[in-house]
Amino acid sequence: MRAASLVLLVWLGGALAQDPQLDRRVTNLAHELRCLVCQNQTLAESNAPLAVDLRNQIREQLAAGKSESQVVDFMVERYGDFVLYRPPFKATTVLLWAGPFLFLLAGFYFLARYLRRREVPAPRLSAEDRARAAKLLE
Amino acid sequence: MKKVAWTLGVFVALVLLLAVGLRLNPREVPSPLIGRPAPAFELPLLMEPGKKFSEKTMLGRVWILNVWASWCPPCLVEHPVVTQVSRSGMAPVIGLNYKDKPEDALPWLKRNGDPYQLIAFDGSGRIGIDYGVYGVPETYIIDRQGVIRYKHIGPITADVVKKDMEPLVRKLNAGG
Repeated sequence: MRAASLVLLVWLGGALAQDPQLDRRVTNLAHELRCLVCQNQTLAESNAPLAVDLRNQIREQLAAGKSESQVVDFMVERYGDFVLYRPPFKATTVLLWAGPFLFLLAGFYFLARYLRRREVPAPRLSAEDRARAAKLLE
Repeated sequence: MKKVAWTLGVFVALVLLLAVGLRLNPREVPSPLIGRPAPAFELPLLMEPGKKFSEKTMLGRVWILNVWASWCPPCLVEHPVVTQVSRSGMAPVIGLNYKDKPEDALPWLKRNGDPYQLIAFDGSGRIGIDYGVYGVPETYIIDRQGVIRYKHIGPITADVVKKDMEPLVRKLNAGG
């Protein structure tokens, strides 16, 4: 009995470790999530103990048949939106998402204003000036 | 003149923005667990691995959950403050020994004193994940209904206790 369960365990462990598709899904998801210990790294890049634990969580849950979005929800429930490398678009993040475009628009506005101001009005020539210019060009 | 005023205005606005923004601490991640029921768990006691502790036994009381580990230097820093809180009788202090080994944790307590009413042992850190723990020490205040009302990340200081924790515990005890 014991031997059988040991064999089963080894087989399971091997199956878990040798599922390249699962590996890929774990890695893809880990790239989307922030390691909270070393905040500018993703879970995939970090070797902090918590990152290792969370990668194992991702693997366990995906292996248990959960979808990517269910795993993401699991993380957000515990660590907040901060854990997402791509923050969701909602009331508190409007400025974050729209900010760059607002700056771009402001930039265009000031550029347009500057260019308009720099426009030199066409000089008004009197008949005399024209005659002189015509003479010079001859 | 108008142009100068404009430039100055923009400059002042930028300085204000940076003054506020640069002072925010990116390590203080707002916890989504505030106002939510404390995640359920049942863990063996560090001192008596045969016995178990569940957060449900604390229902009806305001209590403090302090997550610590013997491998965590800031935990040693806050230890006198935790001891103080526990001695003051403000609220029962329960320890959660996080990703530790009993053979390290027990001598640590012997050396530094054991301020905890009891200590739940979370060797794998799995319950820590449920509580959103990412930087030990972390301290939670849980109300009578079992709802998390407060979380402090990093070592608690006498100042934090006086300004945040004490008033909140008093309020929770009074308000039911």
